[in-house]
Amino acid sequence: MRPAYPPIVFLTLQCAANGIRRKGNKVAIKDGLERMATAFKDEQTSGHTPVQSDAVVVRFAGDSGDGMQLTGGQFTLSSALAGNDFATFPDFPAEIRAPIGTLFGVSAFQINFGSSAIDTAGDQPDVLIAMNPAALKTNVGSLREGGLIIADTGEFNQRNLDKAKYTSNPFEDGSLAKWQVLAFDISALTLEAVKPFGMGNKDALRCKNMWTLGLALWMFDRDRQPIIDWLNAKFAKNQVLADANIAALNAGHAYGETAELAGPLKQYHVDAAPAPAGLYRTVTGAESISYGLVAGAQLAGLKMFFGGYPITPASAILHHLSRLKEYGITTFQAEDEIAAICSAIGASYAGQLGVTSSSGPGIALKGEAMGLAIMTELPLVIVNSQRGGPSTGLPTKTEQSDLYQAVYGRNGDAPMPVIAARSPVDCFDCAVEAVRIAVEYMTPVMLLTDGYIANAAEPWLVPDLEEYTPFPVEFLESVPEDGFKPYSRDHKLKRPWVKPGTPGLLHRIGGIEKEVDTGHINYAPANHQAMTDIRSAKVNGVADSIPDQIVEQGAAGAKLAVVGWGSTYGPIKQAVRRKRAEGVDVAHVHIRHIWPMPKNMAELLKSFDKIIVPEMNTGQLKTILRDQFLVDAQPVNKVSGQPFTIAEIEAAIGSAL
Amino acid sequence: MNDMTPVKATTPKDWETDQEVRWCPGCGDYAILKAVQRTMPEIGGTPENTVFISGIGCSSRFPYYMETYGFHTIHGRAPAVATGVKLANPDLDVWIITGDGDALSIGGNHTMHLLRRNLDCQIMLFNNEIYGLTKGQYSPTSRVGTNSPSTPYGSVDRPATPCAFALGSGARFVARGFDVSKNLPDVLKAAHAHRGAAFIEIFQNCIVYNKDVFEDFAAPKGADGHQLWLRNGEPMLFGSEKSGGTKGIALDNVGLTLKVVDVVDGDWQSAGVIVHDVTNRSLAHMLVEMPFGEFPMALGVLYDDPRPTFNDAVIAQNESASAGKSPDLGKLLAKGQTWTVAEGHPET
Repeated sequence: MRPAYPPIVFLTLQCAANGIRRKGNKVAIKDGLERMATAFKDEQTSGHTPVQSDAVVVRFAGDSGDGMQLTGGQFTLSSALAGNDFATFPDFPAEIRAPIGTLFGVSAFQINFGSSAIDTAGDQPDVLIAMNPAALKTNVGSLREGGLIIADTGEFNQRNLDKAKYTSNPFEDGSLAKWQVLAFDISALTLEAVKPFGMGNKDALRCKNMWTLGLALWMFDRDRQPIIDWLNAKFAKNQVLADANIAALNAGHAYGETAELAGPLKQYHVDAAPAPAGLYRTVTGAESISYGLVAGAQLAGLKMFFGGYPITPASAILHHLSRLKEYGITTFQAEDEIAAICSAIGASYAGQLGVTSSSGPGIALKGEAMGLAIMTELPLVIVNSQRGGPSTGLPTKTEQSDLYQAVYGRNGDAPMPVIAARSPVDCFDCAVEAVRIAVEYMTPVMLLTDGYIANAAEPWLVPDLEEYTPFPVEFLESVPEDGFKPYSRDHKLKRPWVKPGTPGLLHRIGGIEKEVDTGHINYAPANHQAMTDIRSAKVNGVADSIPDQIVEQGAAGAKLAVVGWGSTYGPIKQAVRRKRAEGVDVAHVHIRHIWPMPKNMAELLKSFDKIIVPEMNTGQLKTILRDQFLVDAQPVNKVSGQPFTIAEIEAAIGSAL
Repeated sequence: MNDMTPVKATTPKDWETDQEVRWCPGCGDYAILKAVQRTMPEIGGTPENTVFISGIGCSSRFPYYMETYGFHTIHGRAPAVATGVKLANPDLDVWIITGDGDALSIGGNHTMHLLRRNLDCQIMLFNNEIYGLTKGQYSPTSRVGTNSPSTPYGSVDRPATPCAFALGSGARFVARGFDVSKNLPDVLKAAHAHRGAAFIEIFQNCIVYNKDVFEDFAAPKGADGHQLWLRNGEPMLFGSEKSGGTKGIALDNVGLTLKVVDVVDGDWQSAGVIVHDVTNRSLAHMLVEMPFGEFPMALGVLYDDPRPTFNDAVIAQNESASAGKSPDLGKLLAKGQTWTVAEGHPET
């Protein structure tokens, strides 16, 4: 059986090492594995009884050709099937195949899985699996002190050490003393395991990742069968490759058992996390957005047209939707970003739901066309999977630095609703909401996610679509009693949507200023003032259709509010929870509707003594909050291309009070 | 749209809007507008199923003056908007109105890809070799040495040849006309009859910023002896007694180029005059590059050889990929690697 999602499943990871739930702080310095998890329940290590852990963070790191994303994706699947809650964080270079063994060619995948709620991919790994010296060098610094390093000594030859800029062998020079090290020749063991299949050395070594996965499956007491099924499906056309990979997987698993008998390697068991009953699956942000757009189109009763152009990390949405033609979706890979949005605007004009998607640089190119959609008042959804900027920036790294671009980034007074998703699962509802606003107000809407959300995966309680309220579009199909005016308004200031092909309602639209009601060209000063006011009032009116801002944790009037948006939700939630457990009077406010904001926002924000705004940018939401509400919002910023850790937010809360 | 009421025949008047036309008095655009409004009834068009889509520039005001659906988009992007319109509703008759700057400079990329994909539509490129709406800068089709506000010492870059660009981009229909030509409606009719992207270059006189640059071949001054009107299956003849006798276009078999030959007593056969074949792509390449001056201006339908259209292919694939599948989103969400958590406590 072939998994429903592509072979490479990216997940988010978090944090076993967060300490908070660690019971008793019983740290066995000499046995790193014993403090592997955020919280381990006991230290029973005798015999074959796996050690119980509450949460563990594992990072797989290797060369970009080593298949680490694939390995991480399959390990995630096994975590899901084991009933753990989890979050993952794929961290890979922009180069598809960087020169082998180099520091910049390292690809990593982190997963945090646990028996209770997991909201981030984990601050620090408990276990680092390093497939070469470069992977060790670039990742070991984030490993929790006392954590376990599993490394393939077969790759630690002088040449690779040189490439990783090691002047001495780290296994011999004492530089890894604060960690547990399990270094052995995974390459040789893999070659041995796949010997019967007569493969060349190079092909045989490509099974290393499965050998490693086998070991990881043993370490965390996981069933191998789903992975074996997946390998058989993946290599259905090449049984030798399937058999060799399965042999490597089994050999890695067997090694765990043997090594345990012989030495320090231990097996851990993480119980299933309590979760509401129902059917679950894993979902990435890109998948979730795609499904949400489909759901939105169905709730609106529209066919969807998706115009896209390849760009990291947004392409996955184009890929997913391209396979869903039976849902009334036309996908169009345009010649550039501008054509992508313009074709979507054309489709909206013709009566479908136009959607386009990109990342920062592509969104910049689409700016003028967004203005056209604003001027012509056509529905359109623009998905921005943000990445590090400016310019080409950091294509594969995450950032939240397009908020200004989303809210302000167009010529003229060009108001446009903006909403932001906080997690892969949240992308579904946000996409539905974006479609709703677009068609109910005849406006383009920007939906913000980021590289972290797009690639990350988490468990998803499959939603019951019956619970979503439809918002069917009604096209104007005949001349109203008081005559047809293309720019007449309803109570929400929405203009009528007329499909070309409708007799009696012929009209022309365009980017030149429209005359009130008639939509004719009109440059008159009073008319431009009136139309500018109408466009602004219409978008502000979206606030009438959205729920009041809630406080996630704590309450209005707290000493401190941590206000966030987008993918910082996970670390802020955990940090605030921990601080509140310590008795700190801190609240968590998470904003989904960035523009316009909920109507109670001013009152709510003004109730707090202090406000901090952690963002993966230099303070963009902070600026908007100050501008809109005259509150003293203080920035907490990080632009390293990496998500916030919980500890960083905790520290920010500490220093704010 | 689907009822069986017979379509009422329209008149040119039915295609006029109540909007005041705002081109400069004497602009070639007026003649083109009239030609289009005359053509629409003849091709049996219905205003509600017709969409005019334009970019930015003088020519791109065109949709406001046609009593049809219309979309005046942004600079250079009309082909991209048109692609979305046509894919969303292939029943619409889509006309793109653009200019030399709009289609070949800022929008060159979209023009190329629309032609390559072969979207079923008509593209009317009004070529006046100048940026009119921005007050007279030289354009990508301006001849070398054009004096303009941005090139006070004359332009130095070589111009693009629109029809050669179109052909090189994969166009399956390429035609030429000029604003005041009485043959323009026939060219438009042929373009409309072509299923696929039909590219029409229309030389248009900008009387303010680039006056009479086409007068060497355009009527009335340059008409005689300088226009080669191409008609499928007919010999390539031009000129009259007044212009120095009938001439024809023949192939120089040695240089593999075209040449002008004299036709004596109407015996074009012995002069080796080529019979136009609109499906001959090699011939089309030579015709679009035929240098004016030494040769007449090739006008009419230079090339017409249809291929399957992009919109048909997209819709066919949408249908075949959807065949036998249900649009049940609930089922899709529940597919793949799933697990169930039972009431009460965690369970794998």
